[in-house]
Amino acid sequence: MIIKCPYCGPRDVIEFTYQGDATRQRPDPASSDQIAWNAYVYDRANPMGSHREFWLHSGGCRQHLIVTRDMATHVISSVGFARDTTGTAKSGDRP
Amino acid sequence: MTSSRLPKGGRIDRSKTVRFTFDGKAYSGHPGDTLASALLASGITLFGRSFKYHRPRGVFAAGSDEPNALVTVLSGDVREPNVRATELEIHDGLVTESQNRFPSLEHDFMAINQLAGPLFSAGFYYKTFMGPAIGPLRSTKFWMFCEKFIRRAAGLGKAGIAADPDHYERVNAFCDVLVVGTGPAGLIAAEAAAETGARVIIAEERPVAGGSLLASAEIIDGRNAAVWAREKAAALAGRPNVRFLTRTSVWGYYDGNVLTAIEHLSDYKPNRTKGQARQRHWVIRTGKTILATGAFERPIVFPGNDCPGVMLADAVRRYAVEYGVAPGNNVTLFTNNDSAYEAARAMAQAGVNIAAIVDVRLDVSGACSEIATAIGAELVLGHAVTGTHAGKTLSSITVQHFNAVTGHVSGTPREIKTDCLGVSGGWSPAIHLASQAGGKPEWDEDLQAFLPPEPNQNWVTAGSSAGYMDTVSVFSDGATKGSSSKAKAKLPSVDAPMFDPSPAPVFEIEPAVKSQKAFVDFQHDVTADDIRLAYREGFHSVEHLKRYTTLGMATDQGKTSNIPGLAIMADVRGITIPEAGTTRFRPPFTPVSFGAIAGERYGDLRPHRLTPMHDWHLANSAKTYEAGLWHRPMIYGSHGETVEQAYVREARAVRQSVGIVDVSTLGKIDIQGPDAAEFLDRVYTNMFSTLPVGKARYGLMLREDGIVFDDGTTWRLSETQFLMTTTTANAGNVMQHMEFYLDCVWPDLRVHLTSVTDVWAGTAISGPNARAVLEACVTGTKVDNATLPFMGIVYGSIGDIPVMICRLSFSGELAYEVYCGAGFGTQVWEALLEAGKTYDIMPYGLEALGTLRIEKGHVTGAEIDGRTTAHDLHLDWMLSKKKPYIGSGMKDRAGLTDENRLSLVGLISLDNQSINGGSHIVSDAAPREPADSFGHVTAACYSPALGKYIALALVKHGTSMIGNRAFATDLLRGKHCPVEIVSHHMFDPEGSRMHG
Ligand SMILES: [Zn+2]
Repeated sequence: MIIKCPYCGPRDVIEFTYQGDATRQRPDPASSDQIAWNAYVYDRANPMGSHREFWLHSGGCRQHLIVTRDMATHVISSVGFARDTTGTAKSGDRP
Repeated sequence: MTSSRLPKGGRIDRSKTVRFTFDGKAYSGHPGDTLASALLASGITLFGRSFKYHRPRGVFAAGSDEPNALVTVLSGDVREPNVRATELEIHDGLVTESQNRFPSLEHDFMAINQLAGPLFSAGFYYKTFMGPAIGPLRSTKFWMFCEKFIRRAAGLGKAGIAADPDHYERVNAFCDVLVVGTGPAGLIAAEAAAETGARVIIAEERPVAGGSLLASAEIIDGRNAAVWAREKAAALAGRPNVRFLTRTSVWGYYDGNVLTAIEHLSDYKPNRTKGQARQRHWVIRTGKTILATGAFERPIVFPGNDCPGVMLADAVRRYAVEYGVAPGNNVTLFTNNDSAYEAARAMAQAGVNIAAIVDVRLDVSGACSEIATAIGAELVLGHAVTGTHAGKTLSSITVQHFNAVTGHVSGTPREIKTDCLGVSGGWSPAIHLASQAGGKPEWDEDLQAFLPPEPNQNWVTAGSSAGYMDTVSVFSDGATKGSSSKAKAKLPSVDAPMFDPSPAPVFEIEPAVKSQKAFVDFQHDVTADDIRLAYREGFHSVEHLKRYTTLGMATDQGKTSNIPGLAIMADVRGITIPEAGTTRFRPPFTPVSFGAIAGERYGDLRPHRLTPMHDWHLANSAKTYEAGLWHRPMIYGSHGETVEQAYVREARAVRQSVGIVDVSTLGKIDIQGPDAAEFLDRVYTNMFSTLPVGKARYGLMLREDGIVFDDGTTWRLSETQFLMTTTTANAGNVMQHMEFYLDCVWPDLRVHLTSVTDVWAGTAISGPNARAVLEACVTGTKVDNATLPFMGIVYGSIGDIPVMICRLSFSGELAYEVYCGAGFGTQVWEALLEAGKTYDIMPYGLEALGTLRIEKGHVTGAEIDGRTTAHDLHLDWMLSKKKPYIGSGMKDRAGLTDENRLSLVGLISLDNQSINGGSHIVSDAAPREPADSFGHVTAACYSPALGKYIALALVKHGTSMIGNRAFATDLLRGKHCPVEIVSHHMFDPEGSRMHG
């Protein structure tokens, strides 16, 4: 599998570290909603088809990427920096 | 079968003789021979014994599809089992032996298994050994009893135990176009691709290019087909943009157009050049792949089809044309399609005598009957082979009337004398790599075969692997697939009879009365009746069928058996073959040696991390051990001491005067940015935004699930800059953890992280005289209590080397960490030792460091084991209630606040014996198994400060157990020790010494 890092270019998957499901939503940091926390920490989607995942370019620029990948064919339809795509709607994290 | 070398022909070099042995007997052949062709030329027909029934088996195919003729190659003590004799090139000194026979190939005791036939039918293992133990003969225990006998009786070659002395290479390659296969399609496609200027890699699994052309009777561009192929290949290989690999089997197709291949570099040579690798593992990343992998001929299943002398028709042709070997004096062919006639033409040209052609079809084309007449072979139409007669090899076949539409066998059996039967059941495109690449193969009714799936990556199939079965259309397809260029390349002219590529849909001949087994999978001894039995027992899906019968699951992955197996399954279910399904092929296409995959990457490949003071440690008699990748001093052992004596001496010196220890291995992360303090407030459980510049604080991190992750001190160097230290083992994990949160959770925080572990050398100096030592050598700053209070930071120099000093203590003594640039580590270390001479300063290792922290009850990775909470470790005082932090959401969930959890306590040995690390805490006064454990020892030592053997332990109801007695039991090492449970603060619980 080759991931096209927006910074480094196309690189073999061996350079990357899988960092999990990028679709889960972290609850409000101050929340004590155990169901929401449980879902965030333990539940992982594994759809047959398109999925968004975090990949760390650990052997390259060390940026976390959001990779949209088809779980059945491994075809990657988009790659972007996680910083660019997760930035909004997180200001509420500030305590 | 009495095979012999034909007087002329073949691409062997008859001017040279090659000598080799098979089962201890000497044989000879010629360069260019495979083991199979050379043995056939020497009259050998028996190559091995079959997997379950130990039936005699001969060579069946002529290439990578061979199911029977597997041999073991011996080289000194090294055994390479299951090598296909049909691909093994002979060379002087080659030593081979047959497999799965005892005591010898000719006289095999286990052939008695044939009499016990039903015992070994489909599902034998499942029925006999699995499931509940009802009666004495149905259980796993029974299996364990029988296993060693069955393992000897059933199996393939024996693996050796000697280490592989060869070495292997691994190479990455990149190209625009990869062409797999060099038959007519591959050669033309490669030429078309090369014409466009693309970088082309061509891979051919055989020693020479040409594929089907090598055994063809066709005339191409006025030349013999093999000569044409040789010239074309040479021209391609000479192009600067083409890399032509022979003896290279492409075995895997992975995502992103990554293919893997094995190139045989020297394992076919008698004398290897010193240092030459045996095989080279290619990882090829290609823009486009052209799969010109050809097609495999498939057999027709009929009773007695496995005796030596029955071969694929194409194999007979290849032995005759390519190797100049007649596999029989009196060859017959059995076919359901036209290709056998073209094979017959080529065989006859090569000098093979063909007695008869048995065809299941009632009518054949004029081209076919002309060939039969021309070569003097009797044409037996509308017949099928219903039995064979053989001693060690085939002597005759039985044929009967056969209705190709109903499959009905009738009439009086007729016997035809023959010593070699070539069978053709049609051709299956070699879609293995295409199937690996993904997608579902498509059934083609005309060819009665699966065609490759729709490409899901940039690949195409060309030639017969795409379903084009005659050379003219193969050339045309190859040229089209090789290049999209509009310029029409001139295609080679082909002089050959035209044939119909469609076979009659006949896969099995099943007479009403069967006296012989009809094999589908030769390598795993699966018969047609096994498949029917599996169906009757409810295994209807092809995947279940495969697993129950093991059809197609041997080393050949069912190259010859898949389609006949599916056809029989479809027949019993009354459905079509595509409805019965196909199986997806997986890597490897042919077996791959582990050595080739490992390449040069064997042995200990881990980097060794050494601190700047490492050489000093070694020069001063440090005994080191590995902590992760780091090498760290365990003790400075001289004086003929034991390890315990050494660490006790070192630890005592720290408590009594002063010692120094190398702490350069601690993880160090530079954290900068306007939001750095805010970031740390979220990462640590305690508050860091309130930390003044020039002070350090002990911090605790949780994982998101509420479990303790890491601890360490973090120093505030400015409003916007912190230096975080982590435990040695967790440095990388903490870095990645924080990077994740900055990138994925809080990208709005303006913080930058840099790993600076290797930038700083660190020395901890501890003991009542630590300050005095610093005062003696540090310039540019005072280090008194007012200037450098507990957790304070100052900058100064030692000699002319700038240092940063933080007053913090892991040992519980008055202690400092002195950091300097890594290149100055040894100088600062030696300067501290020099300044400490007056106080008998003592370097100490990890054992003493551990002893000091156990006495103090400070936790490390042994207690932060991925299961403990802050509460378990009595660190709840570090959990801020004023802010959320990573882990705060889940730290209080039910399982983590349960009162039955283990928590940290100290243990004191009551019998003055050492406590073993890992011991379980039990209440039984005598060792007992099993015992109810209510905790375990995490770390243990002799405490010079207490004069006792002590330990830290995680114990259920820990705090309320304090004052109780228990036993630390280690059944493995036979130790059972009475202990008293005490507070984990075993020494100086008030902390007065470090604040002094
Ligand atoms: Zn990158």
